[in-house]
Amino acid sequence: MSIQVTNLSKYYGETRAVDDISFEVHSGEILGFLGPNGAGKTTTMRMITCYLAPTAGAVKVEGRNIQYDSLGVRQMVGYLPEQNPLYLDMNVSEYLDYSAQLQGLESRMVPRRRREMIDVCGLGEMMHKDLGQLSKGYRQRVGLAAAMIHDPRVLILDEPTSGLDPNQIVEIRSLIHNLGLEKTVVLSTHILPEVQATCDRVIIINRGKIAADAPIADLQRGLRGGDKITLELLAPDSETPQSISVILKNVPAVDSVTFTGETDRSKKFSIGTSRSQDIRGDIFRLCVEKGWVAVDLHREQTSLEDIFRELTMQA
Amino acid sequence: MSLTNVKHIFLKELRSFFNSPVAYIVIVVFLVILGWFFTSNLFIANVSSLRTLFEMTPFLLLFFAPAITMRLISEEKKSGTLELLITRPVRESEIIFGKFLAAWALYFFTLLPTLIYFVTVSMIGKLDIGVVLGGYAGLFFMGAVFLSVSVFGSSITENQVVAFIVSFLIVFALFMLDKVLFYMGGLGGVVVSVFQYLSIDYHFSNIERGVVDTRDIVYYVSAVTIALSAGTTVLQRRRWV
Repeated sequence: MSIQVTNLSKYYGETRAVDDISFEVHSGEILGFLGPNGAGKTTTMRMITCYLAPTAGAVKVEGRNIQYDSLGVRQMVGYLPEQNPLYLDMNVSEYLDYSAQLQGLESRMVPRRRREMIDVCGLGEMMHKDLGQLSKGYRQRVGLAAAMIHDPRVLILDEPTSGLDPNQIVEIRSLIHNLGLEKTVVLSTHILPEVQATCDRVIIINRGKIAADAPIADLQRGLRGGDKITLELLAPDSETPQSISVILKNVPAVDSVTFTGETDRSKKFSIGTSRSQDIRGDIFRLCVEKGWVAVDLHREQTSLEDIFRELTMQA
Repeated sequence: MSLTNVKHIFLKELRSFFNSPVAYIVIVVFLVILGWFFTSNLFIANVSSLRTLFEMTPFLLLFFAPAITMRLISEEKKSGTLELLITRPVRESEIIFGKFLAAWALYFFTLLPTLIYFVTVSMIGKLDIGVVLGGYAGLFFMGAVFLSVSVFGSSITENQVVAFIVSFLIVFALFMLDKVLFYMGGLGGVVVSVFQYLSIDYHFSNIERGVVDTRDIVYYVSAVTIALSAGTTVLQRRRWV
């Protein structure tokens, strides 16, 4: 177990920023930490990285407790804080060297690791530029390089792609993906496609509590009882949407039928099913029987957006 | 406390003093003001001594110490780099001590050119070496106190102006304590001697005369220790609340 969080809470005065959460991250896993702004993502990450102390509960990183062996934990963790703060008056090499030295790397290792990180993060041309002159994408790479300079076993990345343009986002994501092959990565974001693109598992956190914790595939499949089917058909004008709805409802396993609109001659329905079993065949046969022309019939994947909204908008 | 970490932080801060205009402005302005007073007094007094240097520097330091140190921690707080620094395996005490040493080193480099006064004055008259050595030692100790207090001032806020003013008020109080004692005669001998002991100027005037007393050394070392511990505590505070 790489990271073990047990009954972790953090209060800021009366406000419960993090409220009794527990989860585990396995070695080599990429965990997405998802939640609306102010849900407690950053606070949790700050506790794992020993910046803040928990009000209650415990965090163990690679078996070491953040409160009793804080220095030991900090040696194994690489951290990229939100907003990626940097010393803007230092140049790239100086900054990476300083990071390596503070991480306690032997001085003969420092230049070697610096060169490796400059390669991995594609910073070759920027080596001697001041950080203040770099674009946001390059700064983010410098931040990542500094977080990984000591080859940490655990990487904590707080919104690693915020403020980047689409190309840069793709680059950083693939970088993170490659890192995940050998390191444990926890990254936070409120951008959903990011989680889908990079993570193995997702924890959705809302108001300081864990709302969901599952592999992404499971989450998409299992959260709703059944599927949603969209049906668009051409029917004679004699059939009103209401009458069609009534007939559709008679199909076994159909829960609800909603008429969602009409174009020229076609009528659109959204059908909710109670089982996750596929009933499109039944619907198709019904249409044939009634002489309707089904022009569109498909099952909707519940998107992570829907799940997210559902979980975080409650109450 | 790991001295390697202190060394890395010290070198980084010292480099950033000299990579930015800060160091050069401090050194030039300090020497210009000091030079003005020093030369204009020297021939009027017609005494071969460095007295003006030892009397003016504490005054200048009242402003320069907070100015040198004001950004050391408050800027890191504001830009968020403090979070990065603290989540590295570095102790808060190492951060504070490293930064203090860098400020002290800059002060050393500022005083270094005043050796010219020593050379020129000793060419025109005989200098009392003991007094000169005592005076320089006093300046360094006094600088350490002013700078450590100002590092503390920088640690309590993310606003550099606030850091400057708070630091200035504390060093000003330490500096003035001795001078207002005159009005406190009615408070009784014990109170007066306590205030006198706390006053930095009192100890400075001892050492400036060339008298190195353990009481003065104890005063300087404990004042620096208290100020730096207070700064360390401020940085650690985030872990309790």
